[in-house]
Amino acid sequence: MALRTIAALGGSYIVTALAAACAARLLPTTRVEATVAATLGAFAVYPILALAAFSARSTGRVWLFMTAAALILTAILALTPIGAATP
Amino acid sequence: MKDIFRQSMAWLHTWAGLLLGWLLFVIFAAGSSAYFQEEITRWMQPEVPFTRADPATAAQGAVEYLTRKVPDATSWYIELPGPRRATSSLFWQLPEGASGETTATLDGAGHPVKARATAGGFFLYRLHFDLHYVPVIWARYLVGIAAMAMLLAILSGVVTHKKIFVDFFLLRFGKGQRSWLDAHNVTAVLALPFYLMITFTGLVTLATLYMPWAIAANYTSQDRFFEVAFPRAADTPRSGQHAALAPIGPMVAQAQSLWGKPPGFVEISNPGDATANVLLTGTPSAQINARPPTLRFGGTDGVRHGASPVPGPARQTEGVMIGLHAGRFAGIGLRWLYFLSALGGTAMVGTGLILWVAKRRQKLPNPMRPHFGFRLVERLNIATVAGFPLALAGYFLANRLLPVTLADRPAAEINALFVTWGAAALWSFIRPARRAWYEVLAVCSASYLAIPIVNAATTDRGLVRSLTNGDMGFAAFDLVMIAFAIGWGFAAWKAGHPRTAPLRNRKVRVPGATKALVE
Repeated sequence: MALRTIAALGGSYIVTALAAACAARLLPTTRVEATVAATLGAFAVYPILALAAFSARSTGRVWLFMTAAALILTAILALTPIGAATP
Repeated sequence: MKDIFRQSMAWLHTWAGLLLGWLLFVIFAAGSSAYFQEEITRWMQPEVPFTRADPATAAQGAVEYLTRKVPDATSWYIELPGPRRATSSLFWQLPEGASGETTATLDGAGHPVKARATAGGFFLYRLHFDLHYVPVIWARYLVGIAAMAMLLAILSGVVTHKKIFVDFFLLRFGKGQRSWLDAHNVTAVLALPFYLMITFTGLVTLATLYMPWAIAANYTSQDRFFEVAFPRAADTPRSGQHAALAPIGPMVAQAQSLWGKPPGFVEISNPGDATANVLLTGTPSAQINARPPTLRFGGTDGVRHGASPVPGPARQTEGVMIGLHAGRFAGIGLRWLYFLSALGGTAMVGTGLILWVAKRRQKLPNPMRPHFGFRLVERLNIATVAGFPLALAGYFLANRLLPVTLADRPAAEINALFVTWGAAALWSFIRPARRAWYEVLAVCSASYLAIPIVNAATTDRGLVRSLTNGDMGFAAFDLVMIAFAIGWGFAAWKAGHPRTAPLRNRKVRVPGATKALVE
């Protein structure tokens, strides 16, 4: 349960943070609006991810999902420079 | 599969709720009172009569006071009187190197108010998210973690309780664990949308602290983001050329005719200088959005500058969410609903904490000697659920009983709160649990009853006088204290008269019993 809890609470936060960062770069609006929208959305994404992680069938799958999602989002973030959205 | 899902949700609900439950109880209780922070401050300064003040007159009076008192300040801030406050609160920034007073409270005509110094309702509002005795930044992280735990507990709680909405109509009294479960369920369903809204919007109030990564992806610093998102006029250095300030009354009147409501704040930069500027901000009671519109005027000519740009939908959503949380827009009816819903949330957290203990008491291997974790939770529950309300009563009583001229009086009131709480906590740990519940609850009830009595004895604004004078703010405060006294008195009576019936199914394993049987 400890491994599951770390993945659910910590992993979800990392994935949410990366998703928020990506959304802030990619949402089709001004940069400031995209930043605020991404920040607000993150507070809905985190609990959904965490609840899903707690209810998943196996802890291994949770870790696999969190790692994969983090890697993909990091790659997207690396490929979108600041200013990808309109300023 | 479905059962595994429910089990994992029940586990999450139990532990997220328990570990942060005590902190959440305090956050909810202090937050409930914060909906009436202006009214509490009024009660805590009984010397100040509550009269409706005209904002334009109050603004002009405040400016005249500041011109006499601190003409060379860098900037002046004035919070104007409104429907819930009779006084203006003044703050100013002294030029670099200067020291001295930086705040004042004035009446509607601009004369300094002579009243006892108090931390007032504002302290309870700050306690709600800044706690006390801990660095603010750590307090806010801790409160944020508690809020997220609350959000997870609400969502997992709805899943855990199979028939949560049907069982809303079920309240079984006098049945131990079942009763606590029903009470937890009823208080949860009663204002469920409110709890979801208040928890989510609470997180949003400090969103950039808890989730700074979207900003980090787009801006070099948080400050840079705030400059763009919520722009304000840049500070201009003083020119050194003296110029009188234009009358403030007409500016306030212009804002009032434009917004339909008078402004709530006046900010004057470089007062007395040719570069002076006046910024008027709308009152938070005029719109749900927590970021009211602003108007800028030239300080010496009184000419209106362009209006502030309208923020985009995301920022408007953010402002409305914060506004929904703080409820500053709410009129008196909605304010009571906010207060009662928040009390419901406090009760939900409290009953949940007690349920944890009630549920495990049945399963203890030896009820006479429970394990350490059980005892710790049981005692912390008493110290929090009965002790913190008692501490709040101590805070209000200290306001009336401490000498009016005491040095650093606000800090003394706050210390009274924590000393009361500490004493209640100590008592909870050294007495047998059931006696401790009864005794702390009884003292709590007596303390709330003492508040209107001490108020009547030490001021000329007792309950009877308030009612006959139509002073509804004061009367309501005293009546709420009496209601709390009755509630805690009932709780104390219940705790002092335990039922002995529902022990039927308890299997008591006494060590040595089996051995004795074998022999």
